[in-house]
Amino acid sequence: MEYFGDPAIWLPWTFAALMGLSILIYVVLDGFDLGVGLLMPLADDAQKDRLVASIGPFWDANETWLVLAVGLLLVAFPPAHGIILTALYLPVFVMLIGLILRGVSFEMRAKAPMAQKRLWNNAFFAGSFMASFSQGFMLGMYIMGLTWTLPNVAFAVLTAIFLTVGYGFIGAAWLIWKTEGQLQIRAIAWAKVGIWGLVLGILAISIATPFVSTRIFDKWFSWPSMLYLSPLPIVSVLLVAYLWWQLARLHLIGDRQSWTPFAVATALFSLAYGGLAYSFYPYVVPEKVTIYEGASAPESLFIILIGTLFVLPAIVGYTALSYYIFRGKATALRYD
Amino acid sequence: MDTLLLSRIQFGANISFHILFPTITIALGWMLLFFKLRFSVTGDQKWMDAYMFWVKVFALSFAMGVVSGITMSFQFGTNWPGFMETVGNVAGPLLAYEIMTAFFLEAVFLGIMLFGASRVKSWVHTLATFLVAFGTTMSTFWIIVLNSWMHTPQGYELVDGVVFATNWWEIVFNPSMPYRFVHMMLASGLTVAFLIAGISALRMLWGDRGEDVKTALRVGIFAGATLIPLQILAGDFHGLNTLEYQPAKVAAMEGNWETGPNVPLVLFAIPDETARENRFEIAIPNGASLILTHKADGIVPGLNDFVTEDGEILHPRVAPVFFSFRIMVGTGMAMLLLSWAGLVLLRKYGAGGMPKLPLYVFCAMSFSGWIATLAGWYTTEIGRQPWLVQGVLTTKDAVSDVPAGMVLGTLIGYLVVYGVLVIAYIGVVTYLARKASVGVHDTARSYPRSGEANVTALHAGE
Repeated sequence: MEYFGDPAIWLPWTFAALMGLSILIYVVLDGFDLGVGLLMPLADDAQKDRLVASIGPFWDANETWLVLAVGLLLVAFPPAHGIILTALYLPVFVMLIGLILRGVSFEMRAKAPMAQKRLWNNAFFAGSFMASFSQGFMLGMYIMGLTWTLPNVAFAVLTAIFLTVGYGFIGAAWLIWKTEGQLQIRAIAWAKVGIWGLVLGILAISIATPFVSTRIFDKWFSWPSMLYLSPLPIVSVLLVAYLWWQLARLHLIGDRQSWTPFAVATALFSLAYGGLAYSFYPYVVPEKVTIYEGASAPESLFIILIGTLFVLPAIVGYTALSYYIFRGKATALRYD
Repeated sequence: MDTLLLSRIQFGANISFHILFPTITIALGWMLLFFKLRFSVTGDQKWMDAYMFWVKVFALSFAMGVVSGITMSFQFGTNWPGFMETVGNVAGPLLAYEIMTAFFLEAVFLGIMLFGASRVKSWVHTLATFLVAFGTTMSTFWIIVLNSWMHTPQGYELVDGVVFATNWWEIVFNPSMPYRFVHMMLASGLTVAFLIAGISALRMLWGDRGEDVKTALRVGIFAGATLIPLQILAGDFHGLNTLEYQPAKVAAMEGNWETGPNVPLVLFAIPDETARENRFEIAIPNGASLILTHKADGIVPGLNDFVTEDGEILHPRVAPVFFSFRIMVGTGMAMLLLSWAGLVLLRKYGAGGMPKLPLYVFCAMSFSGWIATLAGWYTTEIGRQPWLVQGVLTTKDAVSDVPAGMVLGTLIGYLVVYGVLVIAYIGVVTYLARKASVGVHDTARSYPRSGEANVTALHAGE
């Protein structure tokens, strides 16, 4: 344990990195699931089935990354888990109810009597909306330091709207990749609207974050770190420009590049997330508890880490296998 | 009501709703693997028909289990921050291993098991089915380890009020873990046995005489009749283990107030905690002593031993534990009677000629496993009070300081959603049965048995 220096330093850091990675993977993967759910009311009945089919084999595993993320917060930084989740008691409740509705409607809409299908379609949308909106709200509250004041709540509502639209965008990008024909063309149109949510959301967070604390402001706008960080906004702007251009011509150039919007959307989410992570490091509860103060005993973290080193590659491996098996355009979901 | 009681009710409601579905999926996963393997070996269509019906129930139950399980990982933080702050060093790694070795495995391979049959070779699909069943069992193992450690903690030391792990072997194989794990696995097996028997009976009452239905009824009855004696035995062993480590719980289960020999087995009573005695008691002399110590004059602990000099009560509330325990045992006895009677009737009439009355009884018992499982968990969990982790952390020290109104408001929200979903779940399972029985029963449909996957579905184009 001593080989890499003080385990009370590198173990919390490693676990913060693992947790951060889980959250990012969750945001991208369940982001497209939730986004597809958000787009449900815009699709006609036959397309609704195809929308659900495009995420059918994946959504359950995607959601598990949230369990891993909150699990890592729980096991690696127990005091932070308590502080953050009690501060976010209500939005967490809304998210959980949303996730319950989304997951259950997924099965129910296919198995309940036809007369109820509309009801479960609506529940599927409502669940996706509640989960997206509350996640965006929690993001805003977290950035603002988890205190319930009117300006903070107003900002959180703003991030909630943008993240919801942003999820809609990555959902549309997923559909561009996984569907064809009329539905694909509609998905391109949805993506053209949704991209605004992503752009405005990233802008709002980028503007607000440095002003929440002087510590973060200094981190961003001091020389030479400003230089090192400059690729982040520059690459983001280039990616958005590319997306714009690509979405405008995608219906003309055939299907070969249909994967690009989703890939670029993933890159954009990752960049924005990387910026946030950089801003808040080393705090796990903003400006209150650092990852070093809030960490579990090194012995306990170490025993988890050993398992993680063996299990995580396996998880990544069989997840990739699943995406490979269900590659190509989404077909109707059948058990046989 | 205060935040503590409301938080307990809220967590109790969530975990009760949650356990309904894993109780089905743990054993149903293995049952599906059994159907699949029987089909591979015999090539008999009925096994695949049974698989195709029950895999739908599995998918639905699995989704319900996943979404209700997520709720709990958050509620540790929102409602019980003191739990992880005190015992996080032990609970953390156990939960992490559950997520990493079980949740991902079952979630990823579930996709392949449900929708991949036409995309992968038959043996890959069978393997996926196995991995899902294995994943649910791993999940059971880790969560039972943690739960058992909360009842019988060992392998740790307390430093400044915080638990630190000293011996992981002792933590994982803590004294009550093997008993609880076996007890829960058998409970799941019984729940599925009676669910399969009950739904098959329902389909037969609707006039379905399909081979798959008759076979499923037979499998359900056989499984129930085999597992119930094992469960009674396992429950007895578990009770003896509890007597050793948590005597206060056993005293509440037995409704015994004074420690002493020749304690009767109380069949029915209304425990009165203010008078500290039982009212309307019906009892078998020496029964409790015989069951717990195997001697008529064996000493059985009494509740009055767990009251301190200054009147502080260190035993659980008696009535809920006492009645839950009797509901569990009563349901178990009903299962024993019905499944063995079912065996006799199977010999006499065969599955196809089963008379209507027993079919109705099987129907009524479809969800009896839920009742027994919930009652059993209430016995053991309420029986641990006032402790959250026996002897280490009390429940009231772990609760969050969220305002009671907020807990009550969200509790009502959860209860409404859970109530609607349980009704919808039972409704859909019955609807699936009705559709399979009364709807088009296309027995001419064929499934690939081995070798090349069925590729036609790939280009279904639709």
